[in-house]
Amino acid sequence: MTEIIQTKQLVFAYPAEEGAAAVNALDGVDLTIEQGSFTVILGHNGSGKSTLAKHMNAVLLPGGGTVWVDGMDTKDESLLLEIRRQVGMVFQNPDNQIVANVVEEDVAFGPENLGVPTEEIQERVGAALRTVGMDAFSLHAPHKLSGGQKQRIAIAGVIAMEPACIVMDESTAMLDPCGRREVLDTVRRLNRVKGMTIVLITHHMDEAAMADRVVVMDSGKVVMDGPPREILVRMEDLRAIGLDVPHTVELLRGLREDGFDVPLSALSVEECAQAIIQSL
Amino acid sequence: MEPIIRVENLIHTYGLNTPFCRSAVDGVNMEIYKGEFLGVIGHTGSGKSTLIQHLNGLLQPTSGTIYLGGRDIWAEPKKIRDVRFRVGLVFQYPEYQLFEETVYKDIAFGPKNMGLDEKEVDRRVRSALAFAGLGEELLDKSPFDLSGGQKRRVAIAGVIAMEPEVLILDEPSAGLDPAGRKSLLGNIRAYHRQTGATVVMVSHSMDEVAENVDRIVVLANAGVVMSGTPHEVFSRAQELIDVGLNVPQVTQVAMALARQGVEIDPAVYTVADLRRALNGLKGGRSGC
Repeated sequence: MTEIIQTKQLVFAYPAEEGAAAVNALDGVDLTIEQGSFTVILGHNGSGKSTLAKHMNAVLLPGGGTVWVDGMDTKDESLLLEIRRQVGMVFQNPDNQIVANVVEEDVAFGPENLGVPTEEIQERVGAALRTVGMDAFSLHAPHKLSGGQKQRIAIAGVIAMEPACIVMDESTAMLDPCGRREVLDTVRRLNRVKGMTIVLITHHMDEAAMADRVVVMDSGKVVMDGPPREILVRMEDLRAIGLDVPHTVELLRGLREDGFDVPLSALSVEECAQAIIQSL
Repeated sequence: MEPIIRVENLIHTYGLNTPFCRSAVDGVNMEIYKGEFLGVIGHTGSGKSTLIQHLNGLLQPTSGTIYLGGRDIWAEPKKIRDVRFRVGLVFQYPEYQLFEETVYKDIAFGPKNMGLDEKEVDRRVRSALAFAGLGEELLDKSPFDLSGGQKRRVAIAGVIAMEPEVLILDEPSAGLDPAGRKSLLGNIRAYHRQTGATVVMVSHSMDEVAENVDRIVVLANAGVVMSGTPHEVFSRAQELIDVGLNVPQVTQVAMALARQGVEIDPAVYTVADLRRALNGLKGGRSGC
């Protein structure tokens, strides 16, 4: 298994106000992301998760420690373009990522800047739009699309650069349930079908349930790391750091206390219903 | 019972007489009752933002009428400002509306514009601050030095300080983490309980709405598609799913159970209620 992203003792502080001490937004983070994996990074607002995400393709550089992308040190300026080609980012605000008046031009922006030959750009744009299910909109104006559609265009723009990994920084926070579902289905497909490495930063517990691995952050440190079934059932621990458990877990906990023989880790609606039926 | 706000045949058309002509609200009728906690849900593009901007006269109807306390709010257009002191609207991501030098001055802006004296303004600032869950040590700080969550609460305090009869909040917990969400919704519930104000919360999160409101109005495609108590609305879960909304996770579990022959009411929407229903079943069986 190759490591696509690796951080070692990563420390970072945002510039402090005059007279105030700087606070470490990241306080010694050691993390490795394997190629092809689907990792969710959970944390309360202020836990450092977005700061960590921005280190993954050198939007921010470490104050201390090191970050490697496919073996490349992010502090090496000469490797910046290659680093950004390997790891693409989709941000939170769909409106902040649009640069063109036409969808296909917006998606082409990345590959153009990478110096990809013109004919190949056209192929990549077409393929990327098909992957996100937006090929019917290739000549539309991006700013007239819904939030979910805009985010899918942003994802297409990243895919067109053929990265090894996509980092999504709270990309569903500003979307309604429909938009969220569209974006998450797209991302899941990218991982399962195309083998793309996904790092999803969120505080939505139901998104965490679909990952292979859940990393939980609190006050700049990684405090939990494991498969969803192990992490998302730790109700007291998660609530203590400003998070919560999916309602399915809360229900199963309660039923266990009432004497039902149910597993606590039936995270999805279907699994939860099945577990309950079996215990009746 | 005369509703505090009544919306009658409201139509709002953007881009009239242009090729981009579109009615964002297309014949909406609804009532808001005094003292209730109402949830308005709808997908993006359903017309909810347009609708709520009519409730305090920020937008003027293309046709139709808005009644506040039984009177047409546009009967005397020059007095429309008074409506905005009685119906307070907190936009989505309200932290972007902060502008003053200090938190105190920002919250005081509304009451001052109402022509109240210094003593009354001061009382209202402190009371609103408390309702929004903030401490007085923040009053002298610049709003821009606060965290995102604090900024949001300051913005909400600024509207509460006008002591509106109706408080409308558009997606108040958008972007907040689970703890922040719980805390803020707790503050809003407490405000509703203690002041008796009418509160309208717009959301697209069913879980959030389910746990907090007395009644729900569902918007889709520029119109009202259903309204009723949470129980009544969630009994029609499939219709909600069909118009692009989700249903609380607990309700989804109950629906899955009912589909497989378990005898429970699928319109259950809180963990406690489903737990009780299942215990009732099990109790029945072991009694045989």
